[in-house]
Amino acid sequence: MSDTPQSRPDLLAGQGAITTPRSFQEIILRLQSYWAARGCAILQPYDMEVGAGTFHPATTLRSLGTKPWAAAYVQPSRRPTDGRYGTNPNRLQHYYQYQVIIKPSPPDLQELYLGSLRAIGLDPALHDIRFVEDDWESPTLGAWGLGWEVWCDGMEVSQFTYFQQVGGHDCRPVSGELTYGLERLAMYVLGIDHVMTMPFNDPQSPIALSYGDIFRQTEEEYSRHNFDAASTDMLFQHFKDAEAECDRLLGFEPDDPKTKMRIIMAHPAYDQCIKASHLFNLLDARGVISVTERQAYIGRVRALAKKCADAFRMTEAGADAVDASV
Amino acid sequence: MSDLLIELFSEEIPARMQARARDDLKKLMTDGLVEAGLTYAHAGAFSTPRRLTLAVEGLSAESRAVREERKGPNTSAPAQAVEGFLRAAGLTLDQLEKRADKKGEVYFAVIEKPGRKAPEIIAEVLEGVIRNFPWPKSMRWGNGSLRWVRPLHSILCLLSDEGGAEVVPLTVDGIVSGNTTRGHRFLSPSAFSVSGFEDYAAKLKRAHVILDSAEREDAIRAEAQTLAFAAGMELVEDKGLLAEVAGLVEWPVPLMGRIADDFLGLPAEVLQTSMKEHQKFFSVRNPKTGRIEGFVTVANTVTADHGETILKGNQKVLAARLSDAKFFWENDLRVANAGMGEWEEGLKAVTFHNKLGSQADRIARIAALAREIAPMVGADPDLAERAARLAKLDLRSAMVGEFPELQGLMGMYYATAAGEPDAVANAARDHYSPLGPSDAVPIDPVSVAVALADKIDTLTGFWAIDEKPTGSKDPFALRRAALGVLRLVLGNGVRTELIKVLINSHVCLSANVKLIYNDLDKYDSATCREDELAAVESVPRKGALALVLRTDRAFEVFFEHTRSGAYFKDQTDYESEKKAAFDLIDSFFCYAAHTAYLLTGDSVPMWSDDEHAKAEARFLPIFENSSADLLSFLHDRLKVFLKDQGIRHDVIDACLAMPGNDDLTLLVKRATALQATLQTEDGQNLVQGYKRASNILSQAEQKDGVEYSFGADPKFAETDEERALFVALDAAETVIAPAMAKEDFATAMQAMAALRAPIDAFFTATQINTDNAIVRRNRLNLLHRIRTICLSVADLTRLDG
Repeated sequence: MSDTPQSRPDLLAGQGAITTPRSFQEIILRLQSYWAARGCAILQPYDMEVGAGTFHPATTLRSLGTKPWAAAYVQPSRRPTDGRYGTNPNRLQHYYQYQVIIKPSPPDLQELYLGSLRAIGLDPALHDIRFVEDDWESPTLGAWGLGWEVWCDGMEVSQFTYFQQVGGHDCRPVSGELTYGLERLAMYVLGIDHVMTMPFNDPQSPIALSYGDIFRQTEEEYSRHNFDAASTDMLFQHFKDAEAECDRLLGFEPDDPKTKMRIIMAHPAYDQCIKASHLFNLLDARGVISVTERQAYIGRVRALAKKCADAFRMTEAGADAVDASV
Repeated sequence: MSDLLIELFSEEIPARMQARARDDLKKLMTDGLVEAGLTYAHAGAFSTPRRLTLAVEGLSAESRAVREERKGPNTSAPAQAVEGFLRAAGLTLDQLEKRADKKGEVYFAVIEKPGRKAPEIIAEVLEGVIRNFPWPKSMRWGNGSLRWVRPLHSILCLLSDEGGAEVVPLTVDGIVSGNTTRGHRFLSPSAFSVSGFEDYAAKLKRAHVILDSAEREDAIRAEAQTLAFAAGMELVEDKGLLAEVAGLVEWPVPLMGRIADDFLGLPAEVLQTSMKEHQKFFSVRNPKTGRIEGFVTVANTVTADHGETILKGNQKVLAARLSDAKFFWENDLRVANAGMGEWEEGLKAVTFHNKLGSQADRIARIAALAREIAPMVGADPDLAERAARLAKLDLRSAMVGEFPELQGLMGMYYATAAGEPDAVANAARDHYSPLGPSDAVPIDPVSVAVALADKIDTLTGFWAIDEKPTGSKDPFALRRAALGVLRLVLGNGVRTELIKVLINSHVCLSANVKLIYNDLDKYDSATCREDELAAVESVPRKGALALVLRTDRAFEVFFEHTRSGAYFKDQTDYESEKKAAFDLIDSFFCYAAHTAYLLTGDSVPMWSDDEHAKAEARFLPIFENSSADLLSFLHDRLKVFLKDQGIRHDVIDACLAMPGNDDLTLLVKRATALQATLQTEDGQNLVQGYKRASNILSQAEQKDGVEYSFGADPKFAETDEERALFVALDAAETVIAPAMAKEDFATAMQAMAALRAPIDAFFTATQINTDNAIVRRNRLNLLHRIRTICLSVADLTRLDG
């Protein structure tokens, strides 16, 4: 079978020198080149505020339909409620995820993943790497999948998921998704106890910068903003606006009268869904959403995600291949 | 005879699913093989994180040929009948035989199924098993449509005998069966072929895989104990964790570490729970200090540095986790020291159930009920109420937020920190108990009062909103709550008229959820019909009120008319109906609130005693009916509970028929005495004698249209046996009356059982229905005495047999 380790000698322990990276950015760079070498398109972060790499349309939308897809990217992610004013050793309201999405999931995805750990300096011959059951579900995206959280010496270093459903649509074929929590992973690889002390660039650089040099102040500012300052009236209004705009964009006739082209605006509509989701997270951090309302808001975002997924399935990128018999 | 080996090799199978999957694989495969006509001697199933394995020994080489004859319709039967027969038999007309029969010529189908070779059957059964495997959750992967718990990579299917081994060919969604497998993911990743089960297990072990989970468990336990012992410590056993960990590793390597001193001040339960839940560590106790001071983690690999890196990493994660726990603990203690007011406030915003108000509402109800119950269980009412008010505050603590399973226990720590007396703190810990049929029942009176109040409030609440358990569905664990009530009452010998407690709890519940009325009130003045409709439609689904509204015509009429839009036609009628409906709601809440005021003195009077009495006549029966229904649910659970303790169903029924059956302690005393008596020969015969007496008497009473209860007179006795019975009844009564007064049912039943001989002798020697009317009447009255005496403990008529 194609997934026997022998068929991928480059990935076997001891076959290539495993070296420890020196900085946060070196880990990112190594992941980028590793996944580039395995054929992934290296995308750039999505230019909007999202809660996780999964929200990037390269994952949510592209996991739909039959067209093959392989992408990897860093995604800055925001979780307003996780803000700790930069004092917590590993909790941040803004952090980075590394995301890999491959459709259909290749049979040797686990081996490919383990290869990426070797690439960033984690030698399975020295560490205890485990795949521990973790079913993934995103109520806001109407998505779920089965997989694991990957443990390295008892620490969760990645999420590994086989998507089963996104936006209420069955995933056929199934995409394999890998998500690395970069700060936590890097802290472990580099032996750092507090995220703010982690070297961002090479500590030998003429101007060495730590994670704290770059993000301590912003963590303070955003923590205050998220918990106490953001205008809830405005956020509520923007939520409504985003919801309405998403609906409106999807209400257009596919045939554009100006260009005479068939253009369904699935991505612009999905942008509004992303906005609504982030606005909800901000409102949640401001503590103005009660327990009972919470479910209703999540349901409203899910409804948008579902509509966008429906729309994307009508587009060329999201459609099923005409010849589905193969 | 040959042996079969099957291995389904996949990506990591969740630990919690493995035991069930082993059983399923074994059962489905062997059932399938047997059904197809094969036999086998023995089968065993195994699992590791990456494989499910089945070994079948002594499998027959082929199934026997089967010849089956089926008689069909007469040859002159209508074509339709013949066609139906052909369809059922799977044959065509020319394949049928014609045979002479008593009724003429008849079609016969002869179906011959030739014997089939084992491999053909195995391949067919295995494919079916794989395609329909009952995983609790399964998935697709890649381009395929096959479902498995995680991607399935290879199928090993091997049939072996003295002559050698052969692969059973089959293909499932592109996966072709073979005779190879692989060892440990990191230590021995190469594929190798096997020739049979023994070879397979031995080669796996060389490839760093222990196939049998029991063997892995033993290895983990033994090594963990050795590590702890070597450090002068002892391992805290945890069977559930052991089974889970054994399902996470193929090559277990226990490693022991110490918990940093900073964290040793945390409660032992917090350390244990955090380590177990987050990291699947075993706890290690220092016998000298009694504290949890170390841990054992189980790695899945051997490393050149003997696990040093692995242990260091785990220790680091543990430190981060325990820092969180310590942070929670210290923050929580700060709130606790300040009297927990912050949590009390917070629970107002936490919904218990959308029809039953917030957790704070619920706590207020439980506190009032605990106060009411306190005197019945010998608890101080003030302490019981205090304990009930504090018992659930830990639900808002950070620690319980992180570890819900520590609820109650943290409550105890925090109540102690808040300076509460032990009885109050212990009630926080114990008021959830008992949680099952066998765990300990609280005995401290304050804990008993709160535990009972908690469970009764849950039961009345869900009864009021009509969320009773049905069949296997019991989402609010009401059967468990009912069992808790029973065990608390019986375990502590609590004497109370439970029905009153249930009714009061129910009425207080209604007063407590008055907020619902405010919701409705908002719409009262509204002119918008849509809003009115929404208000009205939402009401019947809400709270205790629903019960009243369902039973009152005034509301029903209004509701129906609003819903159907009938009021559009006649605005006057609608307004008056609406007024009647809202008056009803108003008076209902006044009644509930006033009753609560009378019970607890907590609020203010709502109206005059006169008005209250009038409302009570209207509403109380509703509460009584619902509470009687709840009581009969408790009685049902009692039957189940007592049956497990060996008390017969009919014995309980006989005792339930007696007055005061809501006093469960009394009820069980009766049942125990009756059961004991029925186990003696005298007792058994007494019941027969009683039933005979009762039958004769009932028949006579029915025939004569009178009740024979005027007292029999010994002077009309004619036989010695009759006179002896008078003497025996007198003697029995002198024992039974004082015994009954003392509720000493055992003595009373013994005295009754002693009547067996005189009653039997009486029936043998004496004919009841004699021609002498006076003697006959006297004898019937004598039977009445027997009946009365025998019915003092239980209604023996309800006994079987």
